Amino acid sequence: MEESGATTTSMQSIASPAIHAEDRAQEADHPSSPVAKFGIDQPLQLDCGIDLSPFQIAYQTYGRLNADRSNAILVLHALTGDQHVANIHPVTGKPGWWETMIGPGRPLDTDRYFIICANVIGGCMGSTGPASTNPATGKLWGLDFPIITIPDMVRAQTMLIDRLGIETLFCVVGGSMGGMQALQWTAAYPKRVFSALAVACSTRHSAQNIAFHELGRQAVMADPDWHHGRYFEQGTHPHRGLGVARMAAHITYLSDAALHRKFGRRMQDRDLPTFSFDADFQVESYLRHQGSSFVERFDANSYLYLTRAMDYFDIAADHDGVLARAFRGIQTRFCVVSFTSDWLFPTPESRALVHALNASSARVSFAEIETDRGHDAFLLDVPEFFDISRAFLQSAAAARGLTRTDA
Amino acid sequence: MAAQQQTLPLNGLAQGAAVHYRGDHLLVAEMVERGSKVLDVGCGEGDLLQLLEARGIDGRGIELSREGVNRCVAKGLAVVQGDADADLVNYPDDAFDYVILSQTLQATRQPRAVLENLLRIGRRAIVSFPNFGFWKMRLQLLIGGHMPRTENLPATWYDTPNIHFCTIKDFVQLCDEINVKMERAVALDLHGRPVRANLPWWFWNMFGEQGVFLLSRAGNGK
Repeated sequence: MEESGATTTSMQSIASPAIHAEDRAQEADHPSSPVAKFGIDQPLQLDCGIDLSPFQIAYQTYGRLNADRSNAILVLHALTGDQHVANIHPVTGKPGWWETMIGPGRPLDTDRYFIICANVIGGCMGSTGPASTNPATGKLWGLDFPIITIPDMVRAQTMLIDRLGIETLFCVVGGSMGGMQALQWTAAYPKRVFSALAVACSTRHSAQNIAFHELGRQAVMADPDWHHGRYFEQGTHPHRGLGVARMAAHITYLSDAALHRKFGRRMQDRDLPTFSFDADFQVESYLRHQGSSFVERFDANSYLYLTRAMDYFDIAADHDGVLARAFRGIQTRFCVVSFTSDWLFPTPESRALVHALNASSARVSFAEIETDRGHDAFLLDVPEFFDISRAFLQSAAAARGLTRTDA
Repeated sequence: MAAQQQTLPLNGLAQGAAVHYRGDHLLVAEMVERGSKVLDVGCGEGDLLQLLEARGIDGRGIELSREGVNRCVAKGLAVVQGDADADLVNYPDDAFDYVILSQTLQATRQPRAVLENLLRIGRRAIVSFPNFGFWKMRLQLLIGGHMPRTENLPATWYDTPNIHFCTIKDFVQLCDEINVKMERAVALDLHGRPVRANLPWWFWNMFGEQGVFLLSRAGNGK
């Protein structure tokens, strides 16, 4: 997430995390969120052929489910997000990552809708993932955890929704990897999704995006503290490698124009260059801060698994290479949003999705919003995006017969 | 209000609601059967789509300008950013009951291909366009010696999206050429009121400020 201004850090490299591994480990197995546990009688059938069981999903809810169980919105989080979408984060103490979007009177109005957000399978905030304890060994999964995919995450979410007694979701909403999950929901379970708001995303991960992810994974794995994924047994965390991965990824979330506007070539707390590799430039200091604050809250192996899940995502590939076939006859109402300066999921990717939806005669709205804030725009205060999201949900609510008093 | 509603009885609209809508939009809306599925190509800020949705019609839109699209989407309309020339090919055959091209034909690069696509993806097409044979246009060119500009077409020749003007007569000829059947034709005057019916084509071509055509494929039912 973008943060205002640069911090006054002058370290040569990523600082070691202030939050200890034990705190993360606590959240991974025993999260502060409600947990849905699935026993050995309810395995999660993974695309890689393995049945994951037992497993658990940590989730948060906001608002109230109406009597018809027809007002539930599932919010899907992005790569490094989690279920704490509209409450104080238990590890960082920071506000929820989409508080601008969710709350009373906000586009995802908690006075009207019942909002659910779950940590994805493979994550590190309470849903089963590489940072969780493997019940078969009593040790953390680490790299023994099976490779998971976006369809696996969504399959797990259907089990959570079943558990909550909800047949049809009023809407699935997500940006970036969250948008991928939203689209997977519509392609795999079209009858269970009344509407879908897919933001800054794509139906497949591009070669360039896979390349950036590989860069990040290699940075993690090159860190000697990674110990082939068993750093928790060595009492270490590959914070340098993960920090570098985050720094590289963070650049892709912004844009040249936004970096120039925020930092330009301005110096950090100095007027002249130090002729060293210190963080002379504000943009360097900012990136280092992004790297070090990320490693405090995120598990390195989880980062490997989730980036991999995004890389494998390709809806068309599951439908003989023809994207339109994935959405044939679909009744779900779609709203697709892209941002002009997003070079991670550029507008043509959204347009390809819209063309496929048009070919299926789906009801689709598609807006491209002008901003210089890059991919991260979906997490920021972009009024036009809020207006569009609000109107799309209101029009879908009218079609669904949701009234204000339902909530 | 009364006069308008007499000429264009629109079931389903609240009494008095009709006055808020443009004359050509009311005429187009009246041509569309209720309960049908419609694509409005070049839907602007969604005024016609809102009128159609108010009548219980499942309306979708394509609009070129980003501002227009975003305003439509912010009204809850199903509108996508796109272009009649480039994006109609993505729609399957018979996807809609009607495809509407309202005041947009003259701004397309390939009007003939666009028209053919309209009647491929829609069982019927409704096309309205400014008539360049309108007497005021003729007079401006003949007497004034300059490219015509009117209240409805105020753009200068060097700064206009309208690159393919035609007259009602030209359009009728194109329809004949590509084997399109005209089910209904109406000419509207400067105030958006229908010019009296049962007049010869040359009269419409002279006194119609715009033409509105309901088209279908010749040999419909194939």
